[in-house]
Amino acid sequence: MPLGKGFRLLPESASNFAPQVDVLFWFLTAVSVFMTLLLCVLVGFFAIRYRRRNEDEVPPALPPRKWLEISCGLGLLGVFMVIFVWGAGLYVRMKQPARYALEIDVIGKQWMWKIQHPGGQREINELHLPLGVPVKLSMTSQDVIHSFGLPEFRIKQDVVPGSYSTQWFTPTKAGEFHLFCQEYCGMNHSAMGGKVVVMEPKAFEAWLAGVPVDDSPEARGAKLFVSYGCLHCHGQVAPTLAGLYGRSVRLSDGTVVTADESYLRESILNPAAKLVAGYPPAMPSYRGQLSEEQVTALVAYIRSMGASRGDDLRALPDADAPVTRPVNGIAPQDAAPIPPTGQPPQVTRPPFGEKPQ
Amino acid sequence: MSTELPTSGVPYLPAPVVAVVPENYVLEGARIRSWLLTRDHKRIALLYLASITFFFFIGGAAATLMRLELLTPNRELLSADVYNRLFTIHGVIMIWLFLVPSIPTTLGNFLVPLMIGARDLAMPRLNLASWYLFMAGGLLTLIALLAGGVDTGWTFYTPYSSAFSQTNVVLTITGIFLAGLSSIFTGLNFIVTIHTMRCPGMTWGRLPLFCWSIYATSVILVLATPVLAMALCLIGIERIFHVPIFDPAHGGDPLLFQHLFWFYSHPAVYIMILPGFGVISELIPCFARKRIFGYWFVAGSSVSIAFIGFLVWGHHMFVSGMSIYGGIVFSFLSFLVAIPSAIKVLNWTATLYKGSVSLKTPMLYAMAFMGLFVIGGLTGLYLACLAVDVHLTDTYFVVAHFHYIMVGGMVTAFLGGIHFWFPKIFGRLYPEWAGRIAAGFIFFGFNLTFFPQYVLGYLGMPRRYAGYPEEFQVLNVMSTAGASILAVGYLLPLVYLTWSAKYGKPAGANPWKAMGMEWTVSSPPPRENFHQVPVVTQEAYAYHEMTPQGGSGPILPMSRPGARIEPEWSGQ
Repeated sequence: MPLGKGFRLLPESASNFAPQVDVLFWFLTAVSVFMTLLLCVLVGFFAIRYRRRNEDEVPPALPPRKWLEISCGLGLLGVFMVIFVWGAGLYVRMKQPARYALEIDVIGKQWMWKIQHPGGQREINELHLPLGVPVKLSMTSQDVIHSFGLPEFRIKQDVVPGSYSTQWFTPTKAGEFHLFCQEYCGMNHSAMGGKVVVMEPKAFEAWLAGVPVDDSPEARGAKLFVSYGCLHCHGQVAPTLAGLYGRSVRLSDGTVVTADESYLRESILNPAAKLVAGYPPAMPSYRGQLSEEQVTALVAYIRSMGASRGDDLRALPDADAPVTRPVNGIAPQDAAPIPPTGQPPQVTRPPFGEKPQ
Repeated sequence: MSTELPTSGVPYLPAPVVAVVPENYVLEGARIRSWLLTRDHKRIALLYLASITFFFFIGGAAATLMRLELLTPNRELLSADVYNRLFTIHGVIMIWLFLVPSIPTTLGNFLVPLMIGARDLAMPRLNLASWYLFMAGGLLTLIALLAGGVDTGWTFYTPYSSAFSQTNVVLTITGIFLAGLSSIFTGLNFIVTIHTMRCPGMTWGRLPLFCWSIYATSVILVLATPVLAMALCLIGIERIFHVPIFDPAHGGDPLLFQHLFWFYSHPAVYIMILPGFGVISELIPCFARKRIFGYWFVAGSSVSIAFIGFLVWGHHMFVSGMSIYGGIVFSFLSFLVAIPSAIKVLNWTATLYKGSVSLKTPMLYAMAFMGLFVIGGLTGLYLACLAVDVHLTDTYFVVAHFHYIMVGGMVTAFLGGIHFWFPKIFGRLYPEWAGRIAAGFIFFGFNLTFFPQYVLGYLGMPRRYAGYPEEFQVLNVMSTAGASILAVGYLLPLVYLTWSAKYGKPAGANPWKAMGMEWTVSSPPPRENFHQVPVVTQEAYAYHEMTPQGGSGPILPMSRPGARIEPEWSGQ
């Protein structure tokens, strides 16, 4: 964690948002300092000028001045509304990701950060980024609530188990910066940090190429699907999984649920919780046999099974099945196939910093 | 009735002239039993005072250990696990076993009946039951502490607290539940008392502003605390019966807990500051010897804060995954709730104008309150502002903000109130020089402890960290140095006030020449407060009508020689 930085009073500015947040911060500080000084001067002045000179003195009553109260109240309301609108406007912009953002997955777990680049490169507690390219983080937690906080970038978002949260920014300064977990998560909360390394685009490409690449989550999930025997039942005596993601499912007790990530995850780890109508409760639980990451990979694989693949799951799913979400701004149908393990990615994409045609 | 005179028992023989009326509430019955079974609101106030002082120093000891650990970047003194348990117990004790009860159960219990001319609270037995519930809750929390504590943070966020923590969560939340129940009863008692037991002439427009604050606080206590109780119950149900309410692994929703928790805990912070406002509204007119500027604005602001305070809880959750639109609404409302507080500060300042200002210890505390509360409140604007809150939430900026308000505000107001009403409660004066020295230590130590934390927060240092990057060390060392001075500042009043309660110079009925019904009775007051039902004919802070000898107050035969009227006993 130590990044070798010296004592400072203000953080560095490393993202597109940092200067904007800082300007608003300084405005707030100017208003606060002014009001505090005004109060201190007035109270100090009155305490001295009107100090009790005689123990028996009784100052006369003064008439009420409603106009003073109302005008001060309205004036403050005006200042507060300026701050509110300014802050809300900037916040809305912070919540609308840039269109062509580098999508990076983040999984927080007690007590580490697992980061995955779109090409399959993985990092633990470090995030390498190219300078000047907008990046969008899709984050979830494996266990409790964490928070992915980057102070020099002025961004932070809680990472919640069972759902995906996102935040985005564009790094504007090369260097190493702090990554902190900012939501208390148990014993080693204060050790759950790392660093963000922002590099020039060429250096970043070189770094990416040098990282040994595992399969993408979907490819790994496909392999697990085979090796754990899911193939033997699903599509025959068990419900078909093609096109399942996002669809409504009727359960044996009559209720209807949507097959989202949480449903898929629960069905793998606790299949008895929600039984699909018309099927026997024969699926074994995989709790204790699959790690959280393996479950995430399976969920990603099932998510990627489009309806177009049909019900024929007896054929081995191929490792270069197309992914369903855009990567680096390229729609799935335009993406090149994912290469087999061990090879660097050979996706034809424009160099970093340029928008695709 | 304890004031019933004895008779000889024979109709035609004159009754012996005997005075067996006890002098005051302190001396009437000196046995432990008479204290532990008392129904006298003044004695119950002292029972609470002893309890909350005890808990304050336990919570303070936890904070001392935390600040010692934070002298160095690495975990050299304590393990991370112990540190986590310390900050949790510091929060739990300071909030539920010290701040929430503090002024209402001590000064509120003691003064509200006196201020409105009543003999006691509406439900004296319920008052005593409140204290016993509070002690039961405190005892359970202490047992949990001795059994190893709890490591979830005072906020008990799920699913960590409901499905992951291996510490004494259920024991602690049961303790908090009981303490919360105690506070609901206290709030109920005050509401009924203020509505039904005001003496003749005490209209709402003549009610002291301290009573207005206690009233607003009581409304929040009664409406908000049940939500906390239920949120904690749900955690208990999830932990004991494994019902997945908050655990997403089995279909629960972790954010549901945050909404339930903060729906209580935001109004709770107003529970923790409104009584402080009430104390300051009493101190300033007395020590400026001038009626409060804008009485109805100050009274109305307490009620507005109580109301709007229920609508802003989402500002604790801006980065939690809550919707953007929800965030915008909560941000707007959070800015609105700042305005009534600002109006109060304006009115206090304007009260000093052309007054007669005396800088005795209570006034020093009142002025310290104004400065520190304003700084804390202004930093609340940073946190209400959405874009800046993204950077500052979960950092030391928030820690500094709430300590400026709760410690720099509420604890300061509490000490100011204790010093102001000390002569009334104990019948003795404390040494003024000691009061001023302690106030100085507290003011200086407090600022040195918590101002560097604003800087740390903007730099990004997260909360609840047992260790931190080296570049944050200088500011942390400053903060710990300040904490040591602050600790001395808090120990000093413990010493000289305890000494003065027994050995201080005897105080008269009204050493500060203050207005208010409590100053018209002896110090300490008699058991039944007023020998006859008083009648109020003046506004609350009629300092301009004060005679040179001292406050005039309502017409009361016992305390004003030469009074013209003997009010009829209207029976109670």
